[in-house]
Amino acid sequence: MADPKTKKIVLDPLLNNNPIALQVLGICSALAVTTKLETSLTMCAAVIVVLVCSNGAISLIRNFVPSSIRIIVQMTIIASLVICVDEVLKAFAFETSRTMSVFVGLIITNCIVMGRAEAFAMKNPPVISMFDGLGNGLGYSLILVVVGFFRELLGSGKLLGYTVLPLASEGGWYLPNSLMLFPPSAFFIIGLLIWAIRVFKPEQVEVEN
Amino acid sequence: MRRDSTLATIMTALVLCIVCSVIVSASAVGLRSLQDENKRKFRQKNILEAAGYSAEQIQREGVTKLFENIETRLINFQTGDPAEKIDAGNFDQRVAAKDPTFTNSIAIPADKQTFGFSQHERYGRVYLMKQDGELKKVILPIYGKGLWSTLYGFISLESDLNTVSGITFYEHKETPGLGGEVDNPDWKALWVNKYVQNSDGEVKLEIVKGKVVQGSTDADHQIDGLSGATITSQGVSNAVRYWLNDGYRPFLDKLGSEPHG
Repeated sequence: MADPKTKKIVLDPLLNNNPIALQVLGICSALAVTTKLETSLTMCAAVIVVLVCSNGAISLIRNFVPSSIRIIVQMTIIASLVICVDEVLKAFAFETSRTMSVFVGLIITNCIVMGRAEAFAMKNPPVISMFDGLGNGLGYSLILVVVGFFRELLGSGKLLGYTVLPLASEGGWYLPNSLMLFPPSAFFIIGLLIWAIRVFKPEQVEVEN
Repeated sequence: MRRDSTLATIMTALVLCIVCSVIVSASAVGLRSLQDENKRKFRQKNILEAAGYSAEQIQREGVTKLFENIETRLINFQTGDPAEKIDAGNFDQRVAAKDPTFTNSIAIPADKQTFGFSQHERYGRVYLMKQDGELKKVILPIYGKGLWSTLYGFISLESDLNTVSGITFYEHKETPGLGGEVDNPDWKALWVNKYVQNSDGEVKLEIVKGKVVQGSTDADHQIDGLSGATITSQGVSNAVRYWLNDGYRPFLDKLGSEPHG
């Protein structure tokens, strides 16, 4: 981490080049698994593991992969990793993995994973590629955790399953906003986040044609 | 051998496939027993919830310990008798629904098919909660079609076999916030202490559209409908009606005449 280049690779995707907020990738899962903070965190861990491992593995064999089948090779590695992660979740976090249903499997189609493999791991040595995977995974996680935090808090008055705002239906005072439990609310929160980030980093605003 | 030659391409693909498949199958096989254990625990937890234990209580006491009070019995739906020679613990109802040894399944008359199926398996598990040898509750697995999916769940009855003590669904894909409200604890609480049969022995338990009119003749048998989820409510209502009126009726009648205590 002392190496400034490594540090930049890990920290850049958090705000400066966030995969969700700037590149607008991986939105599908960001909508689907963020109704609760717990599922968001599980998804983040799964994506970070897959990104780090796939970037590492692809970078390791990058000099042997024929260019004609390189996308298929990347897909195969990513898909295998995702299945392994899914199996591990089913074994050790059964109920969370149940609520996430197909969305763990859909990490295979998460553009961030494939994008990093093609854009970074195919051109760089393994260790730095793994750091790149870690950075992008953390950038993705940052957004997911923020979205999950607001959706669970405002939608069900809880955080990680513990009641924070006692619900009116259970004798408290908080009337939950059930829109927060539906996917569109994630769009609103991500939109607001993109707005907030661009206020602080005006260089991310696209130039109008 | 050049990296982009045909031979190298095929070799790369082959080696990659072998390595990946070994990794995938190793993880699947290696974790199988843990996953099966999780599924079993999850099912037991749902049975306990249907039996009226709160989630906190289950968390505190542990599924395995609470489940010691529950006797699993495999029954023949048509006769209501316990099925001999089949190990109740290892029996999987959903597999049995397709298994050739069980395929001479029970055909359901057309007018009773309201819960969405035209046949069901011959044998099924029921759970008897006992305390000091005395029957406390009976928990029956039920299923039926809702709007988008088949709802799988449990309904439990008090030892009089006529008072509902709880209902829970452990698997469904109904719309969150509408049909998905079958999981709402407030709605599930409405079922408690409703009566299945009226004084003439007719199964009257049902979900009505809108609110139950308090004080009406059948109010003791009726549950408020879920607003915005007419089809799901109807599906649950039909499923409960079928299983209590037909599916488990021979078993419930036999159980009622069994000596207890």
